[in-house]
Parts: sequence; structure tokens; C-alpha cells
Amino acid sequence: MTDMAHPPAAPAKRRARLGLLRRLNLSTWIGLVIVVALVLAAIFAPWLTEYSPSKQNILHQLSPPGDGHLLGTDQYGRDIWARLLYGARYSLTIGIFAIVVAMIVGTFLGMIAGFLGGRTDIVLMQVMDVILAFPALILGLALVALIGATMGNIIIAIAFTATPAFARIARAGVMTQRDREYAQACRALGFSGPRILFRHIMPAILPEVMVMSSLWMATAVRTEASLAFIGLGLAPPTPTWGGMVREGYDNILSSFHLALAPSIAILLLVLAFNLIGDGLRDVVDPRLKDAS
Amino acid sequence: MTDAAISVRDLRVSFSGKEVVHGLSFDIPRGGTLALVGESGSGKSVTSLAIMGLLPQGIGRATGEILFGGRNLLGLSERDMCRIRGGEISMIFQEPMTSLNPVQRVGDQLAEVIRLHRGLSGAELEEAVLEMMRKVRIPAPEKRLRQYPHTFSGGMRQRIMIAMALACSPSLIIADEPTTALDVTVQAQTLQLLKDLQQETGAAVLFITHDMGVVAEVADEVLVMRHGKVIEHGAVHDVFSNPRDPYTADLIRAAPTLAGARPEARPAPEPLPGGALPAAAEACGAGATVLEVRDLKVRFPVHGGLLGRVQGNVHAVEKVSLSIARGETLGLVGESGSGKSTIGKAIIDLAPRQGGEIRVAGQRIDYRDKASLAAMRRKVQMIFQDPYGSLDARQSVGSAILEPMLVHGLAKGAEAQERMAWLMEKVGLDPARAGSLPHEFSGGQRQRICIARALAMEPELIIADEAVSALDVSIKGQIIDLMIGLQEELGVSYLFVSHDMSAVERICDRVAVMYFGEIVEIGPTPEVIRQPGHPYTRRLLSAIPITHPDQRGSRRPILTEDKPSSPIKPVGFQSPPAQWGRLGSDHFVRCEA
Amino acid sequence: MLTFILKRLGFALITLICVLTLVFLVVRILPGDPALVILGDQASPDSVAALRDRLGLNDPILVQYASFLGRALQGDLGNSMVTGRPVTSEILNVLPYTLELTFAALVLGTVLGVPAGVWAAVRRNRIPDYLMRLVSLIGLSLPAFVAAIILMMVFAIHFGWFPVISAGNAETLTERLRQMALPTLALALIMMAYITRVTRSAMLEVLSQDFVRTARAKGVSPSRVVWTHALGNCLIPITTVVGLYLGILIGNSVLTEIVFSRPGLGKLILTALTQRDYTLLQGMIVVYTLMVVVVNLATDLTYGLLDPRIQYK
Repeated sequence: MTDMAHPPAAPAKRRARLGLLRRLNLSTWIGLVIVVALVLAAIFAPWLTEYSPSKQNILHQLSPPGDGHLLGTDQYGRDIWARLLYGARYSLTIGIFAIVVAMIVGTFLGMIAGFLGGRTDIVLMQVMDVILAFPALILGLALVALIGATMGNIIIAIAFTATPAFARIARAGVMTQRDREYAQACRALGFSGPRILFRHIMPAILPEVMVMSSLWMATAVRTEASLAFIGLGLAPPTPTWGGMVREGYDNILSSFHLALAPSIAILLLVLAFNLIGDGLRDVVDPRLKDAS
Repeated sequence: MTDAAISVRDLRVSFSGKEVVHGLSFDIPRGGTLALVGESGSGKSVTSLAIMGLLPQGIGRATGEILFGGRNLLGLSERDMCRIRGGEISMIFQEPMTSLNPVQRVGDQLAEVIRLHRGLSGAELEEAVLEMMRKVRIPAPEKRLRQYPHTFSGGMRQRIMIAMALACSPSLIIADEPTTALDVTVQAQTLQLLKDLQQETGAAVLFITHDMGVVAEVADEVLVMRHGKVIEHGAVHDVFSNPRDPYTADLIRAAPTLAGARPEARPAPEPLPGGALPAAAEACGAGATVLEVRDLKVRFPVHGGLLGRVQGNVHAVEKVSLSIARGETLGLVGESGSGKSTIGKAIIDLAPRQGGEIRVAGQRIDYRDKASLAAMRRKVQMIFQDPYGSLDARQSVGSAILEPMLVHGLAKGAEAQERMAWLMEKVGLDPARAGSLPHEFSGGQRQRICIARALAMEPELIIADEAVSALDVSIKGQIIDLMIGLQEELGVSYLFVSHDMSAVERICDRVAVMYFGEIVEIGPTPEVIRQPGHPYTRRLLSAIPITHPDQRGSRRPILTEDKPSSPIKPVGFQSPPAQWGRLGSDHFVRCEA
Repeated sequence: MLTFILKRLGFALITLICVLTLVFLVVRILPGDPALVILGDQASPDSVAALRDRLGLNDPILVQYASFLGRALQGDLGNSMVTGRPVTSEILNVLPYTLELTFAALVLGTVLGVPAGVWAAVRRNRIPDYLMRLVSLIGLSLPAFVAAIILMMVFAIHFGWFPVISAGNAETLTERLRQMALPTLALALIMMAYITRVTRSAMLEVLSQDFVRTARAKGVSPSRVVWTHALGNCLIPITTVVGLYLGILIGNSVLTEIVFSRPGLGKLILTALTQRDYTLLQGMIVVYTLMVVVVNLATDLTYGLLDPRIQYK
């Protein structure tokens, strides 16, 4: 009986977590490896290249790959490999932080709306629908243009466009869980509303939210790159991938590798987040599991 | 051999290399009915899929011989099987609600099978469809054939399935639990229809079921399966009279016994003074009253119109009064939609109440007052139909039992741990497994966990909402025994909500019969079953399958289909006061005008 | 049915008013005097004051709001602060380019995506499935401008099959189609990726349902089960994605418009943003909202056609 003094939930939870790690599939692993590699590359950029991402060199304009510059140089003679490495910092930071903000705010609002129902629900979701009624890219564009293209503002703008999606999925999740028998059993046992919502229902909807987060990080990276491509990202000479594609596009007839390298970088990162999200969904979604 | 519609020889089915049916052999003569009986996981449904050639591709594999019309079905190509399926062998499935394509008109779905196998088209085809719909007694078939499945009730959908199965005069019909999802009165109608049509067409029937009552009604021969093996095979009379295997005997015993007998002649009810039910304390005799419900009303608003105004109310529960004494079990029976579950939910505040008074242990519950609500929750607990669904899948079972004690401050620390272990032992579980998650337990064990969790609150009343309905027959008996044992030891009372008469008969002291939101009869269980006073009670009881094939023909189900007016009433509707009569000392029946 | 449409239109109106209010507020709150923006830093205080007066910027904010809202709801979105031309006609000039591009991409994406998704589902966990999953995953990871640039590099610059610029000044139909081909393809590829995925997962779910087993038990051939019984039940999720993606498509068209130098809404809103042309910006936002609202209403009505269980209340 002495070992029962520990909360009996602990070993079970640990086992469940280990099980999840073991159940991760190939696509999640590939995605995770790519993201981790890119994060490391961004952190250790100064050790991976001797060049500065912004130092211009008139003597080496538009030099082809090889020849001292791994991926060549752009029209200002800046080393493309260095710009890619440093550029990863912006894509990763904006992509991840924007979605973390959207996830926390959106999930919380959605859970409250779904659990309380009634007028709170109607008002909150009406606001979310109005935001959602707008093409995300255009909304992000307009916001950034109006409030100014700083890192913080871009994060806020992208988070703003993504919040309703999290609110919706959290609300839908809470509403299904709320009517499930275990939630009713909790009410019958006299547990308080917040306890049921945060202790019992939230763990049930979190896996789905995590899947969404990963997929939305892919979208956020894409949106950030699109903004930079349009010319509304971080101002030059900051090495953003989208901005690099734009500069490459302006020289597309003479040297197409300028656009190609950052395009591949964007594709790789977006693909990695999508792979993680997809893989997690297969693990999490019981319907897909049953079918297999 | 020659007169067999189908012969199965040493059928073995495996999934991904794991064998689930171990050598099954049987014959069904033309026009005969073989009942294949077993619980979940016995391999009975897999057998039917193997005959139809519908095992999941690449995963399921069948070996042995299935001889049908001189050919071995297991050797046929997919194209040949397509010609046999629906034409020469047809199938009826368990779930009428999901077995029809929701986005195709019913007539078109019926027409498809006729066009495929009988090659009809145009007006001829439509006439054939209408003829089949008339045969399965669908009212107004000309109109109905252009409608979609969601406008049909479960029973009607199952009749459409039967029409599809019989449309091409098959020589074999496989019926896989065709009535399990239906209400008992609808089951009786459906079985009758199936029997009539089988006689008309001379088809052989492979009837798959877990319900020995249904077997007694329909089968010529019985084959009992367990874990993929045949454990008993014989003529229906022999099996029922002299079951060789104890498992078969258990299955037979699980069928309702009292209810299966012929109802006795009943005396006329003696009208009560004032026409109203007597007060609760009086009605439930001696002993303290644990629960008293007076004129409970539950209504759900129906919204409509441009602004979503309330246009009417569904009268889910209408002026229901009942009471339960300490240590007593009251059964609440009725068919789906009768409001029986809603009563339990309204008591425990999981459904809204629009009127009435509820007293627990003499205390009137004020649902707007937190303290009063908390007091009620300490004394009244609930267990649900789906034990897995009613446990948090991420919480260890020990923690699930502990949580209510900790939240309500009933026990702390080591004392709570000790009590949790004690509770687990009480419900027959090993306390060492407290750290396991719900999915590591079987269905019956999970229901034990739910019972332990409910008992953690030391309740005086437990509302059991279809608590044994989802369990296999053998498990069901164990859970009922556990509940009875706990009642004797702890003196707890039960409100036992169920549509399952065999369970009600075993556990309930008294029973109340619900019909469209109202109680129509209430009294001691044996009296209500032997001398049903209300026409609906009689109809309900007559629909329960017989317990022995010898009783065939002795009792005809009452197959009238008088639907009462819609339960949706306009705003402000008041139902007329009920007139009650007395049949026994505490057996009351509603007198219909 | 009529009630439903009225209700949805009411909701659309509320959305529109919310958006208009938001736009109005944001524009007023932002730093920078619109009059100063229009006239430039060098303008004399007198001329700025005169313009402020003419633009109604000196009126109380509520009066400004009411007149703005009133005129907007009547379809008068004011005149561009920069060009002086009516906003409505500025927008209508470029709207057809965006619409033709969006719908061409939508149709192409659906026509390619649905069969691909069905094929992947039917061949689940075999080579066609893996191939389709990989292709669609790459497709939906591809930003529209990257897709457009790659198509341009290969088919316009390397092979020279299509023009590099899609200026919308084509005189013949074939020339117009040639100009549209690459921008359409760039958007359609991404659309197709989404539709393939949703079709596959919807098909897998439907194929495991009871009524599919019923159809098989009736002797319906496997391919007919897939294409009639199952696909009919997949159309709802597919419609949802099409409706959802149409909004994204309208937004993403800005990227292909830049790459292929095409006129369109995207280019116009960029102009409005860079020139701080607030009236034009307001007007564009109204038009975008209207488009999305119309798409949503159309999606909802399509549901009713596809699923008899849905009743409009």
C-alpha cells in the first residue's frame, strides 16, 4: 500500500507518452529532422559560413554557384548561402511564434465559446467568422501595410489571420466532448465547470490542436514568404527567403539560380511542417486508425 | 446434400494471418432457417462476410468450401460473385440507420438491385419496386419511393433492406442481427414480416443473432459459436430442451422468463378517488423514501422561422411522478424516445426541468442553489450505457475513482487511496491495476470501474442509464449480480433505466412503463409483467420473444401500429390530467379515455 | 429555403457592416493625415485644410461614419484619393481578370483533383496512393509565387511555349488562353493538391461505412460502388474545401499577378496600400468581403443540393 501514496495516474501517463513517441510515423520523423536541422542551421549560421548575409561586394555580382561561394552571389555580390542561413532565422521565428500566439489565443477563445455556449458563443464566433471571411493573405497584407513591417507586427498580423481557425477547431472539439458521456459523468460527479473544461476536456482536444498548429506553421511560413515576396516583409537588407525570391525573380532572365535556392528553402520548411502535421494526424485521428 | 441451399465445409477465416473462425461446417436446407448464435468476437459476422465474399481485401482470407448451387463460392472471381450477391444470396445488416445510402432516393436503391439481377428497366422496373415496397408493407409506396432514407424510421428502413434482399428471389438470405438495433415492438413486426416472406419465397435463411429469444422464434436449427469454434449444433427443440454445453444454457437463461409467459387475465382497474396517483410515501410502502419525483416536466424547445423563435416544445417528459424507497430498485422501461433516460438526466441536472418537484432523502432540491445541488450530487450518482465513453480515456482508473473523493473533500491522502483500493475490490477488480488506463480493461470491467467511481461518493441512489444494455449476455449477468450484491451490502437504491426486459425482470422490485413521455403503468415487477393493465404494456410485453420454441404460436405479438399524436406541442399546451386506477395494493395503471 | 437565404443575407450584411466599421476605425486611428498623404509633405497648411474639408475629415467622427456607411451600402464607395476616379469603376476594371483566373484554376484543380483523390483512396497504401500523397503534399507546400516562378522558368523562358507576361491585352481568344495558361496552372496545382487530399480522406471514410457494404452485398461492381455510391457522399467535404479554398485562391491570385505582370484585384490593392489610397482600400475590402460572402452562400446552397438531409431553416 505504501507505493500507492503516489498519484496512481503518473505511471500510466508516462507510458502513454512513451507510446506516442513510439507511434510516430516516418513522415513525422522526416519533418522533425528537417525542422530541427533548419533550426540548428539558423542558430549556428555564423559557424556555417564565413560571409555576412548583408555585406555587398561589387566585384562578385551575380557569380554562379561554386568558386568560393557555395550557391553564388546576388546582384549586390552578397553570398546566397549566408543569406539563406540567416534568413532561416526570420522564417522560423515568425512561422513558429505567430502560430503559438494564434494557438493560445484561438484555442482559449474557442474553448470558452464552446463550453459556455449561448450569447458568449454567438458573439465570439461572429467576430471569428468576420475575420475568417477574409482571404488570409490579403488580410495579412493590409495589416502589415497599415501597422508597419516589423518582426513583431508581422507575427501579430499572421497570428491574427490564424486565430479564428484555432477558435473554430477548439470550439467544435469542446462541443463534441461536452456531450460525451465522460463529460456528463464529470458533471454528475459534481465537478466544477473549469475543472471539467481544463482537466478533462482540454487534454482530449489538444492532440487535434497540435496537428492544426503544425499545419498552420506551414501556412505561416508561406504567408511570411509571400509578404516578403510582395515587398511587404521585413525591409531589405534583411535576408528573408521571400525577399530573396523576389530579387531573384527580378533577375530571372539572366541568373535563375537566384530565385531557385530560396524557393527550395521555403518549400523544404513548409513541407517539413506539413509532414509533421500529417504524420501527427494519422497518429491522433482515431477514424483514420480504425480504417487501416 | 442435393436439397441443401448451401453447404459449408470446414470454413476457416483469418485476418492478417490470425485465424478467427476455426473450421465451421453446416448445411441449410431449402426453406430452412439456421440460427448462428454467439457474442461479439465469436466469428459469426465474419462467417457471413466470408460467404458473401466481402471480407476486407488483402487482409481477410477464407479457406475450406462453401458449396452453393453446385459451385464453391471461395473459388469464384469477383465478377461471378457480383452476379451471385444480391441475386442468389442476399443480406440484411444490423444497422438500418446507416445501411442505406443517405444521398440516394429509397426507390433508386431498391431499383438498382432489381435492374442488376433481373434486368428490368423503365415502367416495369418502377412497378417491380412498388410491388416490393407493398410486400414489406410500406404505406403510400408511390410517394415513399421518391424520398430519402432519413425520412424513414429505423423499422421502415429495415423493411426496405428486407425488400432489397428479397427483390430477386434469392435462394439464401443472410440476416446479420437484423432486429438488434430495433425497438422490441418493431422487432416483433420485422420478424413476422421476414417469416411471412420466407414462407412465400421458400428461401433458406442464415439468421445471425446473440438473442436466444429471437432464435426460439425463428430457427429450425441452431449453431452456437464461441471464439471462432462451434460449441453446439442441433435442432432448435433439442438445443433449448437439452443444451449440451453450459455456455448455451447460460445464453438460454439470459432471455427474459416471466415476460415470455402468457399474460394472465386481468381484473378491471378500480378507479382511484380524484383520479390522481397517491402520494409517494404511501405508494412505496414502508421504509424511508430516497427519491421522490412529483409532476416532473422536461420540454425541449423547437425553434423555427426567420428569427428562430420557439414554435413549440417537445414534451420529452410529461408530469411524471415516482418514488424509490431505501434499498429498492425501480425500473423505468419503454422504447426509444419514450423519455425514460431524460428522467434520470433531469434528476441529476443533465437535462433542463420545466416543472415539478424533486426530493432526495426528504430534502427538496433547489437546482439554482449551489449548496442544494452539491448535496444532491453527494446522494445521487449515475452510471451510463457506454462504460468506455463515460471514462476519461487519458485518466488512470484509480485516479478516476479518487477524483470525486478529493474534489468533494470526502477523503484525503492515504485514506482516499485506501478507500479507492477498497472500492476496486468491492466491484471485483484488482487494486494493483489502479494505474492502468481504461482501454486496458474489458467492457464489463470498465462498467465495474464506473460503478466504483459512483460508489466513491457514498450515494444513496444510483441512476443506471441502460447500464448493461451494451454488454454481452454473459457479462450482463455478472454486472447485474454485482449491482444486486452491492445493494444488499450497502443499502443503495437504483433507478434502473432500460429497454431490456430480461435485465429489468432480474433486478427491479418495481417497474414503471413509459410511453411518449408519460408513465402509463407502475407497480411490482412480477405483477406488471403477469397482469399488465395498460394496452401499451400489454403490447410491449407481447412483443418480447418467446423463451422456448415450444411456445411458438401460443402467443401472438399485438402488431397494431397506433402512433400517438406528435410529442411536439404548441407553446402553452397543457395535457389533460391523467385518470389513474388501482390494480393491486401498489400496482397503478393509467385509464385511457 | 427563402428564409434560409434571407437569414444568410442578413448575416452577410452584418459581416459587411462589421468589416466596414473596422476599416473605418483602422484608417482613422492610423497615424498620418490622409490629406497630407495625398498632397505630399510639401503642401501648404491652407491647401491641406481645404482638402480635409472637402474630404469631410473635419466633421465629427460619427457623422463621417454614418455618411461613409450609408454611401457604402448604396454601392457608392467614393472616389480614389489618388486618381480621383470612382472606386467602383477602378475595381470593376480589373475584377474580370481576377475572376477568370480564379474560376479557371478552380475548375482545373477540381477536374484533376477529384479523380486523383479517388484513385489514391482505392489503391490505398499502394504505389499510386503514396505517389498521390507525395505530389499533393508538395503541391500544398508550394507557395503560389514559387509555383508561378518555376512554371515561368520552365515553360515560358526555357521552352518559350507561353508568354512571360500575361498583361491581359490579348486580342484573340487563343492568345488570351495562352496568356492565362501559366498563371492558371500555378494556382490550379495548389488547388488540386487540396482537393486530392480531401477527396482521398473523405473516400476512405465513406468506403468504410455500412451502406457501401450494403451496395456490395447487392452485387454492385466495386468500381460502380466507388463512383456512384461513395463519391456522392464525398461531395460535401469536397465542396467545403472548394468553398474554403476559393477565398484563399482569390487572395493568392495577387502573387501570380505579380509574377506574370497581370492586372487584377491583387495588383490594385497593392497600389492602394503603397499609395495610402484609403478610399480605394476601403472599397477593395468591401469587394473582397462581398466575394467571400457570396462564395459561402453558394457553398451552403450547394450542400442542400448534394445532401437531402440538410434542410434550410
